[in-house]
Amino acid sequence: MIENTFHKIGTLDDAMKHIRDGVRLMVGGFGGVGSPPLLCKEIAERGIKDIVLISNDAGFPEVGIGPCVKAGQVSKMITTHIGSNPFAGKLMNEGLMDVEFIPQGTFYEQIRAGGMGLGGVLLDTGIDSEITDHMDRYDLDGHEYLIAPAITGDVAILYAKKADPYGNLIYDKTARCSNPIMATACKYVIVQTEEIVELGALDPDEIVTPGIYVDMIITGKGGEWTWAWEQKK
Amino acid sequence: MGLGTKEMMAKRAAMELEPFAVINLGIGIPTLVADYIDESMHVMIHGENGLLGIGAAPVSGHEDPNIINAGGIPCTLVKGGSYFDSGMSFGMIRRGLIDITFLGALEVDEEGNLANWIVPGKTVPGMGGGMDLAQKAGRVVVLSMLTDKKGHSKIRRKCKLPITAKRCVDTIITDRAVFRFLDKKLVLTELFEGNTVEEILADTEAEVLVSEDIKIIESVK
Repeated sequence: MIENTFHKIGTLDDAMKHIRDGVRLMVGGFGGVGSPPLLCKEIAERGIKDIVLISNDAGFPEVGIGPCVKAGQVSKMITTHIGSNPFAGKLMNEGLMDVEFIPQGTFYEQIRAGGMGLGGVLLDTGIDSEITDHMDRYDLDGHEYLIAPAITGDVAILYAKKADPYGNLIYDKTARCSNPIMATACKYVIVQTEEIVELGALDPDEIVTPGIYVDMIITGKGGEWTWAWEQKK
Repeated sequence: MGLGTKEMMAKRAAMELEPFAVINLGIGIPTLVADYIDESMHVMIHGENGLLGIGAAPVSGHEDPNIINAGGIPCTLVKGGSYFDSGMSFGMIRRGLIDITFLGALEVDEEGNLANWIVPGKTVPGMGGGMDLAQKAGRVVVLSMLTDKKGHSKIRRKCKLPITAKRCVDTIITDRAVFRFLDKKLVLTELFEGNTVEEILADTEAEVLVSEDIKIIESVK
């Protein structure tokens, strides 16, 4: 039995107390890889609505946070790509969901800025595209930059391979993706992990996300989806 | 058995590579380029989702759902490969550490502008990492059909669709010919066997110079 020394190990019900209608929600993952199945499923089943969703993409219709998008639970997405979930494009075109597209590298720097206590960052990605027309510009040593403000959220739901009771995390291969960045940028951070290990069992040199960033750890099965590449087989 | 059109394009694209290059492959035909890279080149393939050193497709039944490429397809990692978070992944791109990006296109124009992220009101996928890659990679090699499904030229005088990045394209490999930007001019440099200069020019809207040293890429029988 793992001792709950820091009172961070919780249940799915405990976690859901923090996810209410209108939540500004960051969801880790890239095309569902690195998204937390249990939490995604529960948000869909409980019909949490008016979500402001901050995620790399819209998942697939039955993968990741995709079902919540498909069901119309999301009022606004701040994202980089929605092409893998046709329902997202449909809702957007019908005016039922607002979508703010950000170039992927900029998206992560804005979230990282939020997580590192910065007001924003200077970069020039997309400076020639109409997508950045609304952004303020700043001239630094003769080079024109865009001012990309920090992005933060109320709650992050993330996925890790292992956590210890303090919430120190290590990830699994490409399921790392957005998770360590989002872990720093929200007021309340919930992690679904494959395994909870004893305090001291993780090599401190290998910890990717220090537990200071993590508020709650849950584990368990349920909500696992079938990947698109599995369906084609 | 000979190679299909897409495979011919991918094979030609792989000829752009130099040893130890770091490259990124977009979704679609660009993904096929990996099949034509000789191991002795030690090319490192970068994936936006946070890996460097994408290897061959796994044997069916041995896929790891947590090792995928940026197209969401299971892959493997070569020896010397690494995983990292999305921020670092794009830091590599933004700092110009990707030597070549192979991308698909909706339109390219004679100034080298690229449009590949949105058809307003119709297809709204979003740019994903496309803007970062198109603007920041050392070279942008476009892999695209010469014309769209209706037979309209995809290499235009001026892009009509919202652009992804300005003056970014270096080389265009189509199903029928290869074009390069030389001194900011679009130049027809190679023909796939079975095509003539006149035919290519007739199907290309952009103003094109024809190389004096035009080469023929022979079909693989």
